Amino acid sequence: MNPESEVHMPSESSETDREIIQCRDVHKWFGSFHVLRGVNLTLCKGEVVVICGPSGSGKSTFIRTINRLEEHQKGTIVVDGIELTHDLRNIHAVQREIGMVFQQFNLFPHLKVIDNVTLAPIWVRRWPKDRALKIAEELLKRVGIPEQAQKYPGQLSGGQQQRLAIARALAMQPKIMLFDEPTSALDPEMIKEVLDVMVELARSGITMIVVTHEMGFAKQVADRIYFFDDGSIVEHNTPEEFFRNPREERTKKFLSQILTH
Amino acid sequence: MSDQAEVKKPPRVEVGVLGWLKKNLFSPWYNTLLTVVSVGFVVFFGRVILLWAFHSARWEVVTTNLKVFMIGRYPAAEAWRVLVSLGVVALLAGLTWAFRKAKDSPVRRWLVLAWIVSFPVIGILLRGFGEDNPFLPKVSAEVWSGLLLTLVLAIVGIVASFPLGVLLALGRRSRLPVVKVLCTIYIEAIRGVPLISVLFMSQLMLPLFLPPQIRLATVMRALTGITLFSAAYTAENIRGGLAAVPIGQYEAAQAVGLNKALMMILVILPQALRNVIPAIVGQFISLFKDTTLVVIVGLLELLGIAKAVTGQRQFIGLHQEVYFFVALLFFICCYLMSHASRRLEKALGVGER
Amino acid sequence: MRTPGSETSKVPFWRDIRVLRILAQIVFLMVVVAGILWAISNYRQRGLIFSYSFLEKEASFDLAEGIQFSPTDSYARAFLVGVINTIRVAVAGIVLATLLGLITGIARLSRNWLVSKIATVYIEIIRNTPLLVQLFFLYFAVIMKLPRLSEAVVMPGPAYLSNRGIVAPWPRLAETFNLWWPFLVAAAAAAVVLIIIRRRSQQRIGRPSIRAVWVFACLVLIPVAGWLVVPGNPLWLDVPELIIKSGGVLKVEGGVNFSSEFIALLLGLVIYTGAYIAEVVRAGIQSVAKGQTEAARAQGFTSGQITRLIVLPQALRVIIPPLISQYLNLTKNSSLAIAIGFLDLYAVSQTMLNQSGRVVEVFFMIMGSYLAISLTISLIMNIVNKRMQIVER
Repeated sequence: MNPESEVHMPSESSETDREIIQCRDVHKWFGSFHVLRGVNLTLCKGEVVVICGPSGSGKSTFIRTINRLEEHQKGTIVVDGIELTHDLRNIHAVQREIGMVFQQFNLFPHLKVIDNVTLAPIWVRRWPKDRALKIAEELLKRVGIPEQAQKYPGQLSGGQQQRLAIARALAMQPKIMLFDEPTSALDPEMIKEVLDVMVELARSGITMIVVTHEMGFAKQVADRIYFFDDGSIVEHNTPEEFFRNPREERTKKFLSQILTH
Repeated sequence: MSDQAEVKKPPRVEVGVLGWLKKNLFSPWYNTLLTVVSVGFVVFFGRVILLWAFHSARWEVVTTNLKVFMIGRYPAAEAWRVLVSLGVVALLAGLTWAFRKAKDSPVRRWLVLAWIVSFPVIGILLRGFGEDNPFLPKVSAEVWSGLLLTLVLAIVGIVASFPLGVLLALGRRSRLPVVKVLCTIYIEAIRGVPLISVLFMSQLMLPLFLPPQIRLATVMRALTGITLFSAAYTAENIRGGLAAVPIGQYEAAQAVGLNKALMMILVILPQALRNVIPAIVGQFISLFKDTTLVVIVGLLELLGIAKAVTGQRQFIGLHQEVYFFVALLFFICCYLMSHASRRLEKALGVGER
Repeated sequence: MRTPGSETSKVPFWRDIRVLRILAQIVFLMVVVAGILWAISNYRQRGLIFSYSFLEKEASFDLAEGIQFSPTDSYARAFLVGVINTIRVAVAGIVLATLLGLITGIARLSRNWLVSKIATVYIEIIRNTPLLVQLFFLYFAVIMKLPRLSEAVVMPGPAYLSNRGIVAPWPRLAETFNLWWPFLVAAAAAAVVLIIIRRRSQQRIGRPSIRAVWVFACLVLIPVAGWLVVPGNPLWLDVPELIIKSGGVLKVEGGVNFSSEFIALLLGLVIYTGAYIAEVVRAGIQSVAKGQTEAARAQGFTSGQITRLIVLPQALRVIIPPLISQYLNLTKNSSLAIAIGFLDLYAVSQTMLNQSGRVVEVFFMIMGSYLAISLTISLIMNIVNKRMQIVER
C-alpha cells in the first residue's frame, strides 16, 4: 500500500516538466462498491480534457478525488508536484490551486455576487480588500455579469449563476479548473452563454478538466476526450479521432446514444 | 341584446351581516345547536368572571404592591437604576429596529458593539459597588426580585445558552465519535429530565463539586441551571438549521480553499442560524415562562413575589387577584413576542434571497 | 511546495489527517475526564461520601399520598411511592389531555365561527401563560376555595367535593372475583381475535368481514354473562360515607379519595398540555391537502367515511411525532407537583434529601427515573408511529 514514488530522471523529456496532474492506478470504494478501478490519467499544463461517459460510471467521483472532495484509497494522485496523501498541508495546498465549478452551482446565498467572488481571496490568500475587489470586478466582466455585482445569487438566472460560479473559482487564480457537468442543470437557452465563457477560458490557456455531455464544446476546444465507463477509462483520443473512429464497442454504443440528439 | 339575463341582487339572507351569521353560525342544523350551547357557555363564564373582576375582587392587593411586583426587594431609592437600564435597552432596541434594513451602514457595527457592552454595564449599574459608595451602593444579586429578576434570568439565560448551544450542535454533528457521543449524551440527558431537576442540580449539587473556597450566589446557580438546560434545546434547534444547509455549500467552501473553521464561520453558520431564528425566539419565549420555576428553589421572581404578597397581613388569601395579574403580565409579554416572531418569520421568508 | 517527485514516505503526524482525528478525540476525552476528576476531588475534600446504603434505613417521615406507607418503611419504599404517584398523574394526564386536545383541535377547525373562536381563545391564553402560574391559580385560587368537608358539595354517587379533594364511589374486588376474571380475559382475547380477522379480511377483500359492532359486543356481553353465571357479585361498590368520629371530627370513610393536590395538578397538566395537543392536531388535519377531501366527496364518500378513511390516517402520521413530545413534556411538567404539595417522585426526593442529606445519590435517582419514564413513553409511541407508517404503505 505504499504510494509509489515518482522518481524524476533529469534526462527525461520536458514533457514531464509540464505535467500538472498525474493519476496512477487510482482506486476507490464506496463501502463494497468499487467505483474507481485503476484510473490512469496525465494532464499537461494548458491542456483541455473532456471526460464523458454514462451516468454512474464514476467520472464525477474521479474528478472530485483530484481536489480531495473524495478520498482515493489506492494509487497516487500528484497535482502540480504535490502528492495527495493524508497530509493536511498537501491537501490544503492542492485545494488552493484547483478551482471547481459544480453542477448545482453551490453559490453562497447569503453573500452578494461580488462577495461570493472575493471571499476566498481575502480569507485564504490574504489579499487586501481592494486588490480582491479589483480582481473580482475584472472577473465579473470577463464572464459577462459586471452589472450584477451588488445583487444576491438568488436574483440571477441559472446561466448567470453558473458564470458567477466560474468567476468565483477563477478568483483564486488556480492552476487547474475542474468542471463537474456545469451545464446539466441549466435550461437549454442558457447553456450557450456558459459554454461560451468556458471556450474563452480554454482558448486563454487555462488547464481544464470538464465532465460533460456537450460534445459540441468538446469538438471545439478539447485536446483530448476520455471515455469513462464502469470506473475506468475505456479509451481516449483527440476529438476528431474519437468521434470518427471509436475503437471500443462500449464507446461506439455510448456515442450512438448521445449523438442521435 | 334581448336575451341577456337579467342581473339580480342576491337574496338578503346570503350577504352582508346576515349572510355571515348564517354561514358561520347557523348553516347546518347542528351548527345552530353548537352556537346556542357556545353562547350559553360564554355568557355563563363571562358573567362569573366579570362579576368577580369588577365586584368582589380586591384589586388593591395589586395596585398597592405594583412596585414590589416590578422590582421586588430592590431598594426603592435605587429604583432609578432599573429605569435607566430599561431605557438603555429600549434605546438599543429602537436603534436596531430603525437600522434593520441598512445592511452596509457602519452604525450596525457600533450597534453590535453597544449590545455586547450593554450587558456588563447594566450588570454593574444594577449591582453597584461597595456599601459605602455614594453613587451606586451595592445591591447584591440576592435582593433582585420580581419582574426584574425574571427579565435578568431570561435574557442572560438565552444569551449565555446560545454559544454553548452552537458548540453542542456542532459537536453532535461531528464525525469524531468521541465528541459526537459525549455531546449527544449531554443533550439527550438534559432533554429527558424536567427543568426543576436541573435547577436542583445547579442549586444543591453544583456547589458540592466546586472547591470549598468558591461560593456562588443563588442567582448565579439558578442562571447556571437555566443556561445548561436551555443550551440543550437551543442545540437541537441549531442542529436542525445545520442539517438544512445543503451539502454543496460544504463542498464549494472546501473547493475554494477554506479550511474547516473558516468554512463554518463564513459560510455554514450564517446560513444555519438564519434558518433557525424563529425557533430561537420560540425558545426564548419558553425560557421566559420557565423562569417561574425558580420559585421552587427559593428565588423570588415575579411569581414568587406574587405568592409572597398573598402572605401580607392585610392581603391574606387574595390568590385570585394576584395570580390573575401575573398571568395577565405574562400573557401580554408572550403574546407580543409570539406576534413579533411571526412577523419576523414572514420578513425573513420573503427576503431578497 | 514543489517537491518534484520526491518520496512522500512519512507524513509528519501533526499534519496527518488520520492522526489528528484520533488526537483530537483523545484530547477532548482527557479534558472531560480531567474535569470530572477535579469535581470529584472537590467533593471528597468536603468530606462527603457516595453510597446508596441509606436506602434501607427508616424514612421517619410520612407520605400522605399514594400507596400504603408508614414512617417505619424504608427510603427505598418512599421513593417507590413517589414514582407510582408520578406514573398515576402522568398516565391519567396523557389520556385526558389527548381527549381534550383532540376535541379542541377539531373545534378550532370548525366552520362554526363561535366554536372556533372559543377554542382559539382557550389555546392562546393557555400557551402564553406559564404552567406554574396556572397551577398556582388552580390550586390556591380554585381548589382551596372549595367548601370545607362539613359543607361539601354532594354529587351523584354520592361523591363529595371539598377543599380536601373528591371522594367518590369506587368498585372493589369481592371474593367471587377469582371466578370472574377469566371472563374478562376471554372477552379481551375474543376481541383481539375479531380485530385480527377484521384486519386480514380488510386487506384481502377491501372491507372488514365482521362489523365493528361485534368487537364491542364481545367486550361487553362476555363479562356480563360471566357476572350472571358467577354466584354473588364479583365487584362491590365502595360508597363513601361522612362519619362523625369521637371528638366531633368529621371524616369520610370508604370510596376512593382523589386529593385536592392530585386534582389540581391533573387539571393543570391536562388543560395546559391539551392546548398544545390541540395545535398539533390542528396542524395534522390541515396537513392533509384539501384536494383529498374534495376528491373523496366527488367519489361519493360520506363525511364520516372521509374523516375515518382518508383524513384521519394521513393526519395521524403527521400528528404522532409531536404528540410524543407533548406526552414527554407532560411527564416532565408533573415535577411541578412539589410547588403545590403533591408527593410525586421529585417531591418525595426532596424530603428524602432533607432527611438523609444524600444529595448526589438522590439526584441520580431522580434523573434516572425521569429518563426511564421518558424512554418508555418514547419507545411505546415509536412502535405506534411505526405501525402508522406500515399500514399505509
